[in-house]
Amino acid sequence: MGEPEKIIITVLGHDQVGIIAKISTILASNNINILDISQTILQGFFTMVMVADISASKLDVGNLKKMLQEQGGPMNLEITVQHEDIFKFMHRI
Amino acid sequence: MPFSFSKDEVLETVSMLHTEKLDIRTITMGINIQDCRDIDGVNTGKKVYAKIRDYAKNLVQVGDEIEKTYGIPIINKRIAVSPVSIVGNGLSAEGMVTVGRYLDEAAQDVGVNFIGGFTALVHKGFSNGDRALLEAIPETLASTERVCASVNLGTTKAGINMDAVYMMGHVIKATAERTGDKNGLGCAKLVIFCNAVEDNPFMAGAFHGIGEAESTINIGISGPGVILNVVRKHPETSLGDLANIIKNTAFKITRMGELVGREASKRLGVPFGIVDVSLAPTPAIGDSVAEIIKAMGLEMVGAHGSTAALAMLNDAVKKGGAMASSNVGGLSGAFIPVSEDAGMMDSVIAGALNIDKLEAMTSVCSVGLDMIAIPGDTSAATISGIIADEAAIGMINRKTTAVRLIPAPGKKVGEWVEFGGLLGRAPVMAVNNFSSEAFINRKGRIPAPIHALNN
Repeated sequence: MGEPEKIIITVLGHDQVGIIAKISTILASNNINILDISQTILQGFFTMVMVADISASKLDVGNLKKMLQEQGGPMNLEITVQHEDIFKFMHRI
Repeated sequence: MPFSFSKDEVLETVSMLHTEKLDIRTITMGINIQDCRDIDGVNTGKKVYAKIRDYAKNLVQVGDEIEKTYGIPIINKRIAVSPVSIVGNGLSAEGMVTVGRYLDEAAQDVGVNFIGGFTALVHKGFSNGDRALLEAIPETLASTERVCASVNLGTTKAGINMDAVYMMGHVIKATAERTGDKNGLGCAKLVIFCNAVEDNPFMAGAFHGIGEAESTINIGISGPGVILNVVRKHPETSLGDLANIIKNTAFKITRMGELVGREASKRLGVPFGIVDVSLAPTPAIGDSVAEIIKAMGLEMVGAHGSTAALAMLNDAVKKGGAMASSNVGGLSGAFIPVSEDAGMMDSVIAGALNIDKLEAMTSVCSVGLDMIAIPGDTSAATISGIIADEAAIGMINRKTTAVRLIPAPGKKVGEWVEFGGLLGRAPVMAVNNFSSEAFINRKGRIPAPIHALNN
């Protein structure tokens, strides 16, 4: 295991059964370790921000995003995946 | 492990990238080709080709990889080379055209959509190479697809070369005619500068300046949609506070450019030059500088107050950018091209915006009269007059100004000109029809202004 390579996944959509289960299953089966989850539901609207470590996975950010979006599509979820460095550069000096 | 970012911060960034079309507009690799001179155009061209292939072979691949690693869209990968007039000094016009064809081939083979540097720097006078290059521009732009040409004909330090102003009127006309079957498309790849920037990553005006290193990576970042969104969120904020909000947002988007620039530089083994944080619009809805000006409270761009609004916007973007990166490019600010900005086109159609108001706005924006279609029968002298005015604004105000005009063959005021792709489409705008001829025919040089004497 080398340095963790952190990514941030966001999921937006209408609240329904199994959102977190779905996402975390995909991550687990691709050897991506979840480091932290923050989730809120505001008036039925589901927002989740997740930090995960992709360093042990064979997937890169682009492929993971594609996979999550394909599988999240039927649940009407808007899913994004970004590298943590972007947030570091934008919000921290 | 606690969250390193608040949810608001995460969602702000995500929304910039996904709904407000924030992207890296271009990774532009500058390559010095001054060591590529050989006995004639063909042999010089071959050396130039080989050097570009060698230096830029991984450019597109690295750009794609960074896009995948970070999940940031990187729209264009481009190349800028040293001014061809210098490398090719001594070649004939045909020799210059030949070098241009090799540039085109190199660009195609490494997979970039534009290559800049078919350039002459003539602000004080012409070398033989400069004359040959100017003569070669129409043929080169007509016979190549990816080559972009630029000419710097004035600086605050040197004044304005009015011989070049005279000539460029004819060069633009000839280029439009040679590419008449494509509505004068060649002119969309030809920029006339005053105070040209040597590390500009944006086409069509990019070239690798003579004071630059062997090779550099320059990043052009864009984000009119992001700025538009924050301005819309603050409809009644006073302008001082709004400037601050724009500044903070420009800071954030520049940081993304800084990240990509550092990474590209590392992966390509080429020094990182600058990040140019320019609000460069595209024809997509919402990706518009005009819409920002409207969101600031003007019914249409061109309404009185537009110049002030643009001045504030441009300055706030520069200030945010300056804080965010150790090396910010000299063009940073707001571009106001007509054909690439849906809001600008709306204003022209509504009769709110004419070329005179655009000229006034260029005295406070980052570049100049950009991508403006004018009637095909506009005389060379009138085009030269427009160039002279724009160069004068740049010279006196110590800023870069540029002219990219398309005298669309056979087209009249109110008709549309289609260029396709990023270059968009443009309504043909009226020019002032009183003659500039006797003035332009005087030629010579407009001396440098008094504030050039600052040593």
